[in-house]
Amino acid sequence: MQALYAQLLVGLINGSFYALLSLGLAVIFGMLNIINFAHGAVYMMGAFVAFFLLNGIDPPTLGSFFTNIWMTLLNLVQWPFVGWKSLPATQTFHVDIGLNYWWALLLAPVIVGLFGMVLERTMLKWITGLDHLYGLLLTFGMALIIQGVFQNYFGSSGLPYAIPDELKGGMNLGFMFLPIYRGWVVIFSLVVCIGTWYLIERTRLGAYLRAATENPTLVRAFGVNVPRMITLTYGLGVGLAALAGVLSAPINQVRPLMGADLIIVVFAVVVIGGMGSIMGSIITGFALGVIEGLTKYFYPEASNTVVFVLMVLVLLVKPTGLTGRAA
Amino acid sequence: MKHRISTLILGTALALAANGSALAQDKTVKVGVLTDNSGLYSDLGGAGSTLAAQMAIEDSGLAAKGWKIDLISADHQNKPDIATTIARQWIDVEKVDILMDVLNSGVALAVNNVVKEKNSIMINTGAATSDLTNAQCSPNTVHWVYDTYMLANSTGQALVKAGADTWFFLTADYAFGAALERDTTAVIVKSGGKVLGTVKHPLNSSDFSSFLLQAQASKAKIVGLANAGGDTTNSIKQASEFGIVAGGQKLAGLLLFITDVHSLGLNVAQGLNFTETFYWDLNDGTRAFSKRFSDRMKNKAQPSMVQAGVYSGLLHYFKSLEAMGGNPHDGIKVVDKMKSLPTDDALFGKGSIRVDGRKIHPAYLFEVKKPSESKGPWDYYKLIGTTPGDQAFRPLSESACPLVERTARRDRAGGFPSASQRD
Repeated sequence: MQALYAQLLVGLINGSFYALLSLGLAVIFGMLNIINFAHGAVYMMGAFVAFFLLNGIDPPTLGSFFTNIWMTLLNLVQWPFVGWKSLPATQTFHVDIGLNYWWALLLAPVIVGLFGMVLERTMLKWITGLDHLYGLLLTFGMALIIQGVFQNYFGSSGLPYAIPDELKGGMNLGFMFLPIYRGWVVIFSLVVCIGTWYLIERTRLGAYLRAATENPTLVRAFGVNVPRMITLTYGLGVGLAALAGVLSAPINQVRPLMGADLIIVVFAVVVIGGMGSIMGSIITGFALGVIEGLTKYFYPEASNTVVFVLMVLVLLVKPTGLTGRAA
Repeated sequence: MKHRISTLILGTALALAANGSALAQDKTVKVGVLTDNSGLYSDLGGAGSTLAAQMAIEDSGLAAKGWKIDLISADHQNKPDIATTIARQWIDVEKVDILMDVLNSGVALAVNNVVKEKNSIMINTGAATSDLTNAQCSPNTVHWVYDTYMLANSTGQALVKAGADTWFFLTADYAFGAALERDTTAVIVKSGGKVLGTVKHPLNSSDFSSFLLQAQASKAKIVGLANAGGDTTNSIKQASEFGIVAGGQKLAGLLLFITDVHSLGLNVAQGLNFTETFYWDLNDGTRAFSKRFSDRMKNKAQPSMVQAGVYSGLLHYFKSLEAMGGNPHDGIKVVDKMKSLPTDDALFGKGSIRVDGRKIHPAYLFEVKKPSESKGPWDYYKLIGTTPGDQAFRPLSESACPLVERTARRDRAGGFPSASQRD
């Protein structure tokens, strides 16, 4: 019985990642009508940015790429004066940043969110109003490229990111040992989820957003800059994914494929919850985490597939998802 | 109809004649590195294996003697169906002579059948399952670096002897995990220990907390990780988070590669015991090779034992071809030659290849250093024990490999002495 409680709690922890990620997907789908397959890639980028903020950029990885460009430029400038032979061929190049977890939690979503806005401005903008399929293909392609670049530079086995000192250790709850960090993840993501829901469903900004997607022409007539709102929304969704990435960095290895492994499950969560429904994705996120945790206890071999089985069952009964409205 | 049959016979005869005359001077070889270039094992094999193969081709010195050696590589994505498709295509169309690396036990067992069917060669350096040289052994396959029997024998036995007599397994749910758990369980039971439970997890899981909680609840002294690559690093990392080690249980990474330790960092990995057959800092020979290797690697990584095996295995293959005076393009014939020659290189030392295809060399028990003991990047291991080659692997007397029986029968009839009798 004790073990069962423990599994419930562990499930809730995974559920908070599902919730954060599916929330971002739901926001992007609900507002922009884009099925954002790049979501896993930006989640991974969040974790990597946290790693860079802490450790800086090293020569064997990204640094060598920039070093080579930088040294070549430098050599070209100096060459007429000192001659090619006397120029330094290689030089270690290390940008030390040393910003801890808390800064990463704040900065990584902003940095990755800005990156998302650039993507939206340069690429996604051109497919607004087209069929869903175009958005899906475009974002899927972007995800493959981003993952490919990271894998090329950092390999597949990942980089270490330690749990922040303040959140190290754990508590004995009697029925299980709860790492403090995991407890923090549950609480923090709950707060973020509810905050986002409030922002979109209960504030004036959220009302504009929802109106702008419902009837852009009318909203523009009121003097609202609709394209900017859309860019900001995409940035928000991407930032949420990056936030989940930072949260997961101390638990999982920071790996280029961490998003690819997770994204399919998160899509299932969004489909079960109802595409575009914000509360739906939050609740299903946590609920599916718990169900998956229980499966790991009773029949571990099926833990990777249980979510999809559920998806099929839900779609058979209610094709719009649990909380989705009919289109 | 008659005409067609006679053409066929004539054609076959011509082909045979051409083959016969070409045998002596054919000095072309095509090497294929079939590995995981993008998935969770790509750091321990992948591009590094291809580089190791390239280095073996350069170091063999055959090019200077007029040989023409080509190298291709492909990504099997850890999927047996993709791997067998590539293997068939390579052997039939590309005329590849030898398949290297082939990591992932599921993939290796599937490719093993293709290679046997087409009388090609596989030197497997990446897969762990001991079935490759046991029930599923083949006259076309050499298993070079390590296997589950050896890992179980070395790590398992050492730990049980040190008093860790109750175990709980976290097992990757495919051929490799099953083989590793089975072989380790046999060793534990034989040494007087007990397995309290086991949980099978899907390949490439990112969250192990549920499984670790079950391991914790079992109160077993050792939590054995019968998984590899990203699965192992995530389990170790999360085990430290859940206080498994702090709570008095010990972790045993049954299969751990240097790339895993590198990605975990010494803070998390320190104190782990495990077995490898190659470490870059073992002696002058391994250091010299590893320096050349890491200089050419994009991320300056040291070679894993899988990559070292590609180099060493391919060198021995070239040596055997040279001794034959040409490439007969006949898998069994070349593998027999490889088995008849002693192996000797700077990476694995002196050794041999047994009749069942098992390459024999020593196994080393390592412990991961504390951060304070490490002098620099990649200085990770302390050597705490060596098992000599003749004791590290499954003895031929316990083997279920049909090749062993056949050889033994031939011996009784007065043929060649078998490897077991020679030893």
